[in-house]
Amino acid sequence: MKSLEELRAIREKMQSQVSMRAEDHNHTRVVVGMATCGIASGARPVLTKLSTLVQEKNLTDKISVTQTGCIGLCQYEPIVEVMEPGKQKITYIKMTPEKAEEVLEKHLIGGHIVEEYTLSGADIK
Amino acid sequence: MYRSHVLVCGGTGCTSSGSQQIMEALKAEIAKNDLTEEVSVVQTGCHGLCALGPIMIIYPDATFYSMVKVEDIPEIVAEHLLKGRVVTRLLYNETVTPAGSVKALIDTDFYKKQHRIALRNCGIINPEVIEEYIGTGGYEALGKVLTEMTPDDVIQCLLDSGLRGRGGGGFPTGLKWKLAKQNDADQKYVCCNADEGDPGAFMDRSVLEGDPHAVLEAMAIAGYAIGASQGYIYVRAEYPIAVERLKIAINQAREMELLGNNIFGSDFSFDIDLRLGAGAFVCGEETALMTSIEGNRGEPRPRPPFPAQKGLFGKPTILNNVETYANIPQIILHGAQWFASMGTEKSKGTKVFALGGKIHNTGLVEIPMGTTLREVIEEIGGGIPNGKKFKAAQTGGPSGGCIPAEHFDIPIDYDNLISIGSMMGSGGLIVMDEDDCMVDIAKFFLEFTVEESCGKCTPCRVGTKRMLEILTKITKGQATMEDLDKLEELCYYIKDNSLCGLGQTAPNPVLSTLRYFRDEYEAHIKEKRCPAGVCKALLSYRIDADKCRGCTLCARNCPNNAISGTVRNPHVIDQDKCIKCGACMEKCKFGAIYKK
Repeated sequence: MKSLEELRAIREKMQSQVSMRAEDHNHTRVVVGMATCGIASGARPVLTKLSTLVQEKNLTDKISVTQTGCIGLCQYEPIVEVMEPGKQKITYIKMTPEKAEEVLEKHLIGGHIVEEYTLSGADIK
Repeated sequence: MYRSHVLVCGGTGCTSSGSQQIMEALKAEIAKNDLTEEVSVVQTGCHGLCALGPIMIIYPDATFYSMVKVEDIPEIVAEHLLKGRVVTRLLYNETVTPAGSVKALIDTDFYKKQHRIALRNCGIINPEVIEEYIGTGGYEALGKVLTEMTPDDVIQCLLDSGLRGRGGGGFPTGLKWKLAKQNDADQKYVCCNADEGDPGAFMDRSVLEGDPHAVLEAMAIAGYAIGASQGYIYVRAEYPIAVERLKIAINQAREMELLGNNIFGSDFSFDIDLRLGAGAFVCGEETALMTSIEGNRGEPRPRPPFPAQKGLFGKPTILNNVETYANIPQIILHGAQWFASMGTEKSKGTKVFALGGKIHNTGLVEIPMGTTLREVIEEIGGGIPNGKKFKAAQTGGPSGGCIPAEHFDIPIDYDNLISIGSMMGSGGLIVMDEDDCMVDIAKFFLEFTVEESCGKCTPCRVGTKRMLEILTKITKGQATMEDLDKLEELCYYIKDNSLCGLGQTAPNPVLSTLRYFRDEYEAHIKEKRCPAGVCKALLSYRIDADKCRGCTLCARNCPNNAISGTVRNPHVIDQDKCIKCGACMEKCKFGAIYKK
């Protein structure tokens, strides 16, 4: 190790992974439905995509990506729920990895809910 | 990139309850379910709750599974890792609220009052991967020291922080370094005392196993501060996992040039080597430890000269304990004020205790100095099992003493413990309830010191042996009150005249039990009775004829055929044949057998 910069480069690369192992009450939780119905309609790539993006963008100290079971709306799977501390839960439906990336950029980073993918806003008739 | 990390404890406690097999099964099951790319399995150091091992924590949701078995693995993978459903039956019950929801581990009684500095990475990072240590800010303190601070700055920072030696003595660490720096020499040494010998204490082992780089980093900082280029870690060979992880850590640090020549491009060079101790208790004493590193028989020598003047190979040397070192990088990074803001007036920061004995949560806890014994035992430790009453806590191992119930609310720090006749020691905390005989406890520790006395000085070699003989007489009911006086006199004599810390502190268990439980000693001598019912020579098992139904269960379970009687008639124990094993009392369904 010849310089502090070298050390910091390693630290930054590792930090996002290690900080996943912290417990914090102020995390924004992103929950992906991973029951049989979710998995069957393609929830796993959505989960992996979200998890990878959060780590790549060094957001693990603010956002945790986890799974949950079936919430009963199987026809709308894959479902992603976003729970920000002190805010109402937002439910996104029929997600794909591409849509998930959009939600991450616009909602989780930008702060604007992507209405057209939400349970209340999507055209599901 | 992994979406989930499964942490499996690889500390000595969990390893002995099978965590290695669990990790292998887990990896196989994850591969079977095609999750290898998504889930990472991480072996960590000790989490502290050793009583509940093997322990597994799944992140990012921080689910805490306890007492995991290999058979549970398929369920954990299929349910939790694949579908995100928590396997409720394996949860640590303290994390489940009465309403059935799961609360965070940091909110449980065991962790709530803890403050982890020395143990901050234990159970969080993989100790065999240097990058994980760097990811939590590792080696940043060394970088800061080498690029921004002078050796005097470093020493001043430690002096201001108020850090005192965690090995037991409580000597100010900054002062120790200052003295060593003042002495000019062509070569100086930095040593780490990892010869943890107190029965029941295992915090140093856990730090070495869970976060070895923290110790290496701190030793390099010490080298810079006092002007040393070589460090030695003296670790006992009985800690194979710690030795192995230290070796890995030293090699990784060398590869990354965090040990070696011109660290961080500065003109500071430092290297560390391991020395294994063969397990003699006396080698934890500083002069004996250095003699042992030099390749000689581990015997202490008189001080002065102190190690800061003439230590290892006759050169100025500092020797600090593992836990002391583990605090240092954090103090450098966060500043002296941050550390000094924790603890009491004269004892700053935190202390790690190994809880053992009659307590629910046996394991490792790190608490701010000044926490009361009551908080440690009742809240963090979960109290005493089977509704028994607290009698005393033993701190400081064979050098320490007992704290009786009347001092239950005393804030724990160096000076308070000394004032009540005990000491901090390395942090073993053994809880005793009403079933423990204090004379027997004192005898246990004396047996240990007699065994471990190196034999160099007479007061310790002969004196402790005589003390043990008197104690044995007391527990057999053969002693007189004159013996008790002689015992006490011997205590003070040995304390004042022994060469090293081992002998000087060896009488402490006797002195402190005499101070608080003299009545128990007197009961043994005057009434030939052991109040706690422990000393076998002084008790007999008897059958209450009114309660005995003549079921014959006791007679059938007696290993020495000492019980006779016919069916449906009261039985009798033959006192000559009885070996006092207590098997009959355990089996009796009618509570008819009692100790007298």
